[in-house]
Amino acid sequence: MKVLVPVKRVIDYNVKVRVKADGSGVDLANVKMSMNPFDEIAVEQAIRLKEAGQADEVIAVSIGVKQNQETLRTALAMGADRAILVVATEDVHTDIEPLAVAKILKAVIDEEKPGIVLAGKQAIDNDMNATGQMLAALTGWSQATFVSELSVEGNSAVVTREVDGGLQTIKVTMPTIVTVDLRLNEPRYASLPNIMKAKKKPLDEKSAEDLGVDVTPRLKIESTGEPEARLAGIKVGSVEELVEKLKEVGAV
Amino acid sequence: MAVLLIAEVNGGTLSVDSTAKALTAAKQIGEVTVLCVGSGCTDAAQAAAKLEGVSKVLCAQSDAYGHDLAEPIADLIVSLSSNYTHIVAPSTSASKNILPRVAALLDVMIISEVTAVIDADTFERPIYAGNAIQTVKSSDQIKVATIRTSTFEASNEAGMAEVASIDACADPGLSEWVEDKVAASDRPELTSAGIVVSGGRGVGSEDDFKIIEGLADKLGAAVGASRAAVDSGYAPNDWQVGQTGKVVAPDLYVAVGISGAIQHLAGMKDSKVIVAINKDEEAPIFQVADFGLVADLFDAVPKLTDQIA
Ligand SMILES: Cc1cc2nc3c(=O)[nH]c(=O)nc-3n(C[C@H](O)[C@H](O)[C@H](O)COP(=O)(O)OP(=O)(O)OC[C@H]3O[C@@H](n4cnc5c(N)ncnc54)[C@H](O)[C@@H]3O)c2cc1C
Ligand SMILES: Nc1ncnc2c1ncn2[C@@H]1O[C@H](COP(=O)(O)O)[C@@H](O)[C@H]1O
Repeated sequence: MKVLVPVKRVIDYNVKVRVKADGSGVDLANVKMSMNPFDEIAVEQAIRLKEAGQADEVIAVSIGVKQNQETLRTALAMGADRAILVVATEDVHTDIEPLAVAKILKAVIDEEKPGIVLAGKQAIDNDMNATGQMLAALTGWSQATFVSELSVEGNSAVVTREVDGGLQTIKVTMPTIVTVDLRLNEPRYASLPNIMKAKKKPLDEKSAEDLGVDVTPRLKIESTGEPEARLAGIKVGSVEELVEKLKEVGAV
Repeated sequence: MAVLLIAEVNGGTLSVDSTAKALTAAKQIGEVTVLCVGSGCTDAAQAAAKLEGVSKVLCAQSDAYGHDLAEPIADLIVSLSSNYTHIVAPSTSASKNILPRVAALLDVMIISEVTAVIDADTFERPIYAGNAIQTVKSSDQIKVATIRTSTFEASNEAGMAEVASIDACADPGLSEWVEDKVAASDRPELTSAGIVVSGGRGVGSEDDFKIIEGLADKLGAAVGASRAAVDSGYAPNDWQVGQTGKVVAPDLYVAVGISGAIQHLAGMKDSKVIVAINKDEEAPIFQVADFGLVADLFDAVPKLTDQIA
């Protein structure tokens, strides 16, 4: 069984994002970019499936700009076998929408025929939380979202999902689309020898047109602004003073 | 404009708060029909019919709908979609699972976590953990959106709309429910509570989380947690507040032993009054706190619990 892992290049989660003064978006020039943290968890899980003898090949896919090669090399260094880059824009500030990403992934699935797709639950840049579900719709496959435990058992997979009320376990028919949540595993770091080896692993490059997908956005971004800032608060010196202040503002 | 609002129904009961808040957003768009889906949802449908401004309630019952499985419910919603310009739902784990699937089946984009309705095509939504707010205009035929409930007031209960049963769709049979692990609690629900007390890694253990729970119970509050506290096993996953957990905006939010990472702030910085208790005076949580107390939580929290009447 092949495992397909879509990995997104996003602003590193430790970087404080800055909104551009002209309201045209977030400044991504010269900021540290990394693999979306959820996708590291997905890559880790894919490698574990291979290590457990349940998968033969792990293929990482990234959609966006040429620079996504770096993200794919990270996935290869972690242990993915090969990578596919789908160039869909030349501008780092253009985010390819989940619907278009899902269509591209569908085209890749038609070629590669994986048994399972492991995607992240959410990209931490656009915070959409949508691509896996959309891909499941386009393939007509089952979907298992927000997954914190996964076991593949023949023609089905049993997953535990993190939901508002707690945890839900469901059994999905394979092939399936899984989106991974934070507590599924702890991703490994790539070792130096593996980083070197990753440079020699195959990385195929295609374009969105090659796959016949129109990536024109459906949502036009009219403007991007800063959220309202909170007014500065005060430090209180004691629990007594805290209680007093809370009473003053009617909070208790 | 004709809006189909998917109600939040849990175990046959309407989640009034989240549905009533999403309804407020839906009414800004057009005439609202509410869809209740479940294995049994007549009670939920009756409750939804009482919400002010609902013009009609549809009730679809089937065993296939009992556990929020995305595939059968998405098919049902798609089968109704031709009558509507908008399909919206409160942004819950159930709708985040189902609505993107609906959108893709209709070949339209999803508009996730809407925080303001500008007009029928134009919406605001936070990106980058709420560090930026984007205004987007949709060119799709049908707009499919989830509504961030913490930014909308709940609609009142004043109406009496007509309720109609509708047929279920065929179940595609792609997945089946196995088990729910839901801890019963007498505390208010996290996303609708007026007060939330949250603990972080600083609390140090599952046992010591009792200190947080003690304060919460004294205040009649819900309990929340940071990701670090959940990852460390001090608190269950459904308590996580933040970018990738729950978003809350209570009247009072008390953050205890939480440093205030941007991912945590994303879930609570719209709270009315924020209190932070942390022993590190440099902790970033103090930048958003109205009242900050630099103290050891093991000393301060029991005292605070005592001193609140
Ligand atoms: C993809 C991704 C998603 C994430 N999503 C979320 C999310 O949804 N929600 C979330 O919360 N985080 C999230 N995080 C994690 C986030 O980045 C932080 O790591 C996390 O919020 C830190 O939790 P904390 O403040 O409890 O722990 P720490 O940062 O370790 O802070 C502990 C604090 O406790 C204080 N302390 C320790 N002992 C005491 C004491 N005795 N008395 C008083 N104070 C004390 C310390 O001074 C410190 O400030 C996410 C991260 C990633 C990468
Ligand atoms: N441009 C992309 N390239 C590769 N994978 C992506 C891309 N966009 C989204 N994904 C995948 O879809 C997941 C959810 O993203 P989103 O729906 O944008 O929140 C991510 O964690 C990735 O696994």
